[in-house]
Amino acid sequence: MSFKTVERKPLSFAERTYVPQILGGLKTTFKKMVKPNETLEYPEARPTIPPGYRGVPTLVKDPNGREKCVSCQLCEFVCPPKAIRIKPGEIPADDPTAHVEKAPQEFDIDMLRCIYCGLCQEVCPEEAIWLQNVFSLSGYTREEMVNNKAKLYELGGTLPDDHYKWDKKKAAEEAGNGGH
Amino acid sequence: MIQPAQPELVTVFIDGQEIAVPKGTNVIEAARMVGTDVPHYCYHPKLSIAGNCRMCLIELGMPMTDRATREPIMDEATGKQKINWIPRPQIGCGTTVAPGMHVKTQSPMVKECREGVMEFLLINHPLDCPICDQAGECKLQEQATGYGRGYSRFIEQKNVKPKRTRLGPRVTLDDERCVLCSRCIRFTQEVAKDDVLGFVDRGSYSTLTCYPGKELENNYSLNTVDICPVGALTSTDFRFKMRVWFLKQTNSICPESSVGVNTVVWSREGVIYRITPRRNDEVNDTWMPDSGRVLYKEVQAENRLQPTGDPASDLLATATRLLQGGAVAVVGSGRSSLEEQFLTAKLARQLHAATFVVGRTGAGDGILISADRNPNTRGALVTGLISEVPGDLAALGREIDAGKVKTVVSVGEDLSAAGLTAEQLAKVAIVYLGSHANATSAAAQVVFPTLTVFEKSGSFINQQFRLQKFASAVPGLTGATDDRVVLDQLVTAVGGESAGSDLVSVWRELAAGIPGLADLTYAKIPDTGLLLADDTWSQLTFPEGESLHHQPAAAETTA
Amino acid sequence: MIELYLSLPIWVQASLKGLIAIGLIIPIAGACSLAERKISAWIQGRPGPNRARAWGLGYIPILGPILQRLGVFHLMADGAKFVFKEDVVPGHVNKFYYYLAPLVALVPSLCTIVVVPFGAYFDAATETLKPLILADVDVGILAVFAIGSLSVYSLILAGWASNSKYPFLGGVRASAQLISYELSMTLSVIPVFLWVNAPGPEATLSLFAVVESQSQPGFWGGMWFVFLMPLCAFVFLVSLFAETNRQPFDMPESEADLVGGFHTEYGEFKWSIFFVAEYAHMTIGSGVFVLLFLGGWNPLPWVPLEPLIAGLPVWLGGLIGASVFLGKTFFFIFLFMWVRWTLPRFRYDQVMKLGWQKLLPIAIANVIFYALAIALIERA
Repeated sequence: MSFKTVERKPLSFAERTYVPQILGGLKTTFKKMVKPNETLEYPEARPTIPPGYRGVPTLVKDPNGREKCVSCQLCEFVCPPKAIRIKPGEIPADDPTAHVEKAPQEFDIDMLRCIYCGLCQEVCPEEAIWLQNVFSLSGYTREEMVNNKAKLYELGGTLPDDHYKWDKKKAAEEAGNGGH
Repeated sequence: MIQPAQPELVTVFIDGQEIAVPKGTNVIEAARMVGTDVPHYCYHPKLSIAGNCRMCLIELGMPMTDRATREPIMDEATGKQKINWIPRPQIGCGTTVAPGMHVKTQSPMVKECREGVMEFLLINHPLDCPICDQAGECKLQEQATGYGRGYSRFIEQKNVKPKRTRLGPRVTLDDERCVLCSRCIRFTQEVAKDDVLGFVDRGSYSTLTCYPGKELENNYSLNTVDICPVGALTSTDFRFKMRVWFLKQTNSICPESSVGVNTVVWSREGVIYRITPRRNDEVNDTWMPDSGRVLYKEVQAENRLQPTGDPASDLLATATRLLQGGAVAVVGSGRSSLEEQFLTAKLARQLHAATFVVGRTGAGDGILISADRNPNTRGALVTGLISEVPGDLAALGREIDAGKVKTVVSVGEDLSAAGLTAEQLAKVAIVYLGSHANATSAAAQVVFPTLTVFEKSGSFINQQFRLQKFASAVPGLTGATDDRVVLDQLVTAVGGESAGSDLVSVWRELAAGIPGLADLTYAKIPDTGLLLADDTWSQLTFPEGESLHHQPAAAETTA
Repeated sequence: MIELYLSLPIWVQASLKGLIAIGLIIPIAGACSLAERKISAWIQGRPGPNRARAWGLGYIPILGPILQRLGVFHLMADGAKFVFKEDVVPGHVNKFYYYLAPLVALVPSLCTIVVVPFGAYFDAATETLKPLILADVDVGILAVFAIGSLSVYSLILAGWASNSKYPFLGGVRASAQLISYELSMTLSVIPVFLWVNAPGPEATLSLFAVVESQSQPGFWGGMWFVFLMPLCAFVFLVSLFAETNRQPFDMPESEADLVGGFHTEYGEFKWSIFFVAEYAHMTIGSGVFVLLFLGGWNPLPWVPLEPLIAGLPVWLGGLIGASVFLGKTFFFIFLFMWVRWTLPRFRYDQVMKLGWQKLLPIAIANVIFYALAIALIERA
């Protein structure tokens, strides 16, 4: 390691009295004092949530009201703090979405464990789990802080769907193989 | 300890690597021996060769010879014999090795072939991995990562096929996922001998179906699910239950019969989800019966013996008082592990008690279920618990009636089911060790809740006198105690010497006390089992008939 | 009313005066602590304390929200908290001096207010301006210095009685620092009194006289001393900062290196007394500065108060005088806070160097210069 000696500029007399510097500082702080506050007064004023914000993970339905999660459990697998717990199940044959075959029976996200990393959203092949704009979650008990399936759908609501892949699948199934 | 005859060896070159393989080996197996994986779907080592998936295409060449003179043609540059490469790729599964054969498994042409096959296989594939139970153990997924294109060039409508066909009581078919490898068809024909499956229709409309009016309902139907390389055949029991990547695999032995089928128990967080066969070419190849796959349900069965809440010391004190009263009979079990049987025999010796084992027979199916439904009858012989092939408990009944027996220790055996009447049970005090409730546990004075075979470790000796070990897959029921521990405590309580109830200690005693097991430890037992000498019991007649890899010696003499 | 007051026994008069002193200083100190929090917040771009809302007062329309925004209820809550908090005394302290220290801090602060005139009224009877003062003693400034300096004992006592190393270091620093700057401070006011006393027949150290001498007619007579003796004012101001232990001279407290300095082992009400004393000290220091250099209750340079209030009722004139004086004082208190949230703390060696090597020589030279100058003017 080499050293380089840097000559300091000698202070002028005025600088050595501190006075001009102190006055400069006072000027700066006074300007700051009369400017509006930077602080967001949280409960009354809410921050604008930017797009792509990673809030509380939620489950969403497609615009037709179909629950998008098929309980593939990839989120459960990828979840670093193991906050997600899914019990998969079969959709009954008389359900309008029976062609999807699989849906979660139970879907719990332990918000005491969740670290809001968004890996579940990234890994989801069905675009069913989304970290949306809810950022303040509180409860009085540990049980309250575990979001069950109903709560997750309530938080998630409906998001637009670009694909409707299962609807297309059903339509193709009903149409059968053409020209056979 | 019986050495198979040395097979004739053939030298081949896989990707330039020389290896001697047994004659008759195909290229896939030869490549496997040098550690090279040749991807395949239809080939299965225990089934006939079909060669219809075309995934295992490889390049093949033979040393070049002059046709007229049969003289080898040498390459001037290298000084070695020239290789005559076949210009077209060949299937690896259907090609048997020949001396001097050269194989390329990684050449550009081979890679292109694989990519081409993958593209065609995926044309009509529904790509529903998120809801597919095979995901995680799917050959199509695996090969797609190596040879998949990543996107589809197929812009036409995909074929539609039935997605939820019930093939049988235990098997559900999703036909869209099928790659038409025909493994399941060959299995039902060749192994299960129940030829019900077949393809109908042609080309990409080919569909797997059952013969009209029949179902895939034989006791081996779930093996088709195991060998299905994709998610077409799924187990109705395991369907949508759990993703396989969460499951912990534990090697176990099926306790259904004395065949001793090698199994893998798949569990997550103390809950067993399924049982699949484990390959053992000397016992069960890669198969197991369906009936053995549901045995895990006994772990969480309704009639599981729950701890009563009495302190264990109280139970032990009561049991000790009963045992020290004298006139004790010990009923061991052919379902107990070798270690437990050894400790049972030790207890009986300490008490100078007569020992009995309940024989349990049923019809053998000639494949993987034998007539002897005790998984460890041979263990009882080896440990000296009994010296004869077990039958019913008529002798014990007579002794009870004669008043010679006042106390009976039963290790997991239901005495009433084994032939003792309720009056006989009422005459004696019973000390019962077991995992499930039954008439005996209800009549018993002392009940020790113990563990099922999935919750404990030990070993069985199967019909071939093959010592095989199983490991505990899930933690035991809270409050239930390992049979070994209870037996050891009883031995100690009645004045015996304890060398410890853990596997290492018990095996130290076993190795010292039983000549056939000298120098053995539990850890030394190989995963595929260890064949023991059976000369001592060659004069006995065992109930087993012929089954896969087992030819009963007694059968020849009696026949 | 004045007659009534004068007819009371002397001890009642004294008690009333004492109550006035307490009633004046304690609210000002409280307001200062709130102002400090608000000013620091504004300088840092925050709104400052504004959450608390008292039952009753806080729900009055318009006024309630304003008080809430100003954080007034936080002040009340803080005060109540200090009073009701558990009185924790560490086991290792010297109890007698430990309890004595806050009292020693508060008493000099309350005493000095007595000799500081905080306004003036026009006495129609004598047609002269009379100071609004609790004890109009002739020794004025001397009393302020003499009593005010005692407050250093509180820091030393607190540091020593706490029997713990950080408070001890704080106490040692306090004593060294206060003694160092005491010298410069005292020297810096000598020219003022030389000037005040130069032409007069009667020598005085009264602060009222200092203001009077800044209220004379004519260019020189009406000039505030800050213009006449800027260096004196500067030295006095810097010393004042050091004397009151305010940033950048808050060595005794110096929470970055001494945890809490002299008050590390103090809590609840005892702790708050230290701060009441500090703010009181600051208030009185500012007041003295205003009297000495900024013309006291004279609203502007060359504009004396006396003609303005000559015709007005006594109470109104007095109120105007007091308001002008307090306005100037409050500006200085604000200056103290403004400086605190602007400047970083000096290092201890810098504080000592500044005091002994810079400020003291300047102060001495200043005294010599003005002494010579005043002597020359008198001779002329």
